[in-house]
Amino acid sequence: MTELDVSIIIAGVIAGAAPIVLAVIGETITEKAGLINLSLDGSILLAAMASFVVALKADSLLAGFVAGALVGAAVAAAVAVFSIFLRQNQVAVGFVLTLLTRDLAYFLGNPYSRLQGPQTAPVPIPGLDQIPFLGPVLFNHPLPVYFSVVLIGVCWWYLYRTSPGLKLRAVGENPKAAYARGINPWNVQVFYAVCGGLLVGLSGATFALCTKPGWGRPQGAEGTGWIALALVIFGGWHPLKAAIGAYLFSFLQLMGIYFQGWLPAVPSQVFQVAPFPLMIFTLLIMSLAQNESVRRWAAQHGRAAALLRFLSGMAPASLGRPFRPD
Amino acid sequence: MVSKDSAGHLIILPQLREVLLTVGVVFGFASLLLIIAGAPPLEAYYHLFLGSLSSWVKFTHVVKVWIPLTLCACGLLFTFRIGLWNIGVEGQVMIGSVFTTWVLRAGGDSPDMGPVFIVLSLAAAALGGALWAAVAGFLKTKGGVNEIFAGLGLNFVAQGIVLWLIFGPWKQPGVASMSGTETFPATLWLNAPALLRIPPVALALVVAALVATGLMLRYTRIGLDLKAVGRNPGAAFLYGLKPSRLMVLAMLFAGGFAGLAGNLQVTAVYHRLIPAISSNYGYLALLVVMLANYNIWLVAPVAFFFACLNVGSIQLPMMLQLDSSLGGVIQGALVLATLGMHGWRRIKQTQAEGHAVPSPGKL
Repeated sequence: MTELDVSIIIAGVIAGAAPIVLAVIGETITEKAGLINLSLDGSILLAAMASFVVALKADSLLAGFVAGALVGAAVAAAVAVFSIFLRQNQVAVGFVLTLLTRDLAYFLGNPYSRLQGPQTAPVPIPGLDQIPFLGPVLFNHPLPVYFSVVLIGVCWWYLYRTSPGLKLRAVGENPKAAYARGINPWNVQVFYAVCGGLLVGLSGATFALCTKPGWGRPQGAEGTGWIALALVIFGGWHPLKAAIGAYLFSFLQLMGIYFQGWLPAVPSQVFQVAPFPLMIFTLLIMSLAQNESVRRWAAQHGRAAALLRFLSGMAPASLGRPFRPD
Repeated sequence: MVSKDSAGHLIILPQLREVLLTVGVVFGFASLLLIIAGAPPLEAYYHLFLGSLSSWVKFTHVVKVWIPLTLCACGLLFTFRIGLWNIGVEGQVMIGSVFTTWVLRAGGDSPDMGPVFIVLSLAAAALGGALWAAVAGFLKTKGGVNEIFAGLGLNFVAQGIVLWLIFGPWKQPGVASMSGTETFPATLWLNAPALLRIPPVALALVVAALVATGLMLRYTRIGLDLKAVGRNPGAAFLYGLKPSRLMVLAMLFAGGFAGLAGNLQVTAVYHRLIPAISSNYGYLALLVVMLANYNIWLVAPVAFFFACLNVGSIQLPMMLQLDSSLGGVIQGALVLATLGMHGWRRIKQTQAEGHAVPSPGKL
């Protein structure tokens, strides 16, 4: 492979991962606060449809992105309200919304299928884009791609270095203690569900206006929501590790095109499956790492210990269990 | 459901009122969507009806959707009873189809042995589905992996296996294609009399499944144990029940029924393995059971209504240039509205008992 090929591949991985990173970070924020928004796969599609149609009709990319974000936030708010205030199982609500929003997207988007719509253009960063190798790899992307990269750092900083981030994590770990300290866990969870939903919506908008421009059935974003949910777990609920997972997946996807040349018998969809066994494996390791004898065994095997450390993320302690004062 | 109060006025039971309100809200919502899409709502509903129930042929199409949907829903009653969210039912259907295809491929060369291989394939499908469910079950009980994520992951793995088989080892002679494996000879189809158009074996299976599920959950020790663990795992354990073993058992039942659904998709509907062999019936069955409020008496009618929506909406693109997902929108909205209604009732109850209700206000 020449240097040019490598730079094209890396740039492609970063650009292709943008919507996945947005969804993964959004879901990480929501889950860190203790709420599971299972509806990702549908809400990304609905947001993609809404952003495409609005951008087309208003002839404004900005309006499209705003519409997408609002749709994502609205679906997330529905999950939060149903699970917190109406006391329904959040997995059940999220699952129903997954199917409902997907069908809604196909139904309402039908007249706009396969239309030529606006799409983002690369915005080279003056000066930096001339750097050999790094320029084309990092500094010649559309705006949503820059945003996705910056977001990873911002999310990490917010979660681990700010006071509201500490409150967020406190609610996800122990809402009772947070409640005793004067934090209203319900408000916090609804707020971060909506924040996460905004990002999930932006993920959909990025699909329809940037990564896979256009709308149709299928759009091409199908399945991304489930992959994002898997990657949040793979990343052990840590934004940096989850983002690494997103880039790894994007790399696999891109490589799938190359693999197809070597193994023409295997359809590219098979490569899409890769994150899921990895997710199960990660969950298994995490759970095993809680076991004392497994830890002792690993301590004597250097590699196993390293693997265990890498995958030893813990789910927020009260994830999926809404707070009830009694 | 209508009775009279002491003064002799007709009163409608609160539950019926809730159901009517839910249906009203959902059809109001759907009508609004239809108006947005530029279609007359009443005409769209009329086409949904025409497309599903206006002739015997269309009715048989509905029944062919109703059968796998009901089978999956029966299985899910077991897992819901013990408090498991068996979202992996979709993959269990696929693996049932895979095992079926595997057995039938072996029987392709001996035409007179057709019925034997079909019976074998039914057993293999139930076994395959149950095995796939057991993986999720053991991941849950031995590995501490949440059944929702294990199930979801296994669904995608199952989809990968189906695609790999269609494009690899089981590809059509000549060229592999998304249209699936080669069609089986008619000796390996589940036969349907020309007039009935539905294989009696399939009908018998689904009736047997409903009866067996109802009896098992209501009258047997297993049914009681599942319920005990579902209600209170800790207490059940103290009474000497083994929650882990019961969870795996419930998963085996769910997987077995789903596997049978997968078998019928091959032997009675498509006569080959196709990429979308499960037709999302597993996921849809989860909605059916939720809307039926986990009540076996309601499972069959709700599944039938969902099947009507699925089949009826196939007409929409042709007749009104609408997307066929309208049926799915109505199904999803019904379940969501029902969940909302349950929640609302619960809040009213909690308030009536004088407890605090979560509120978004300040502390």
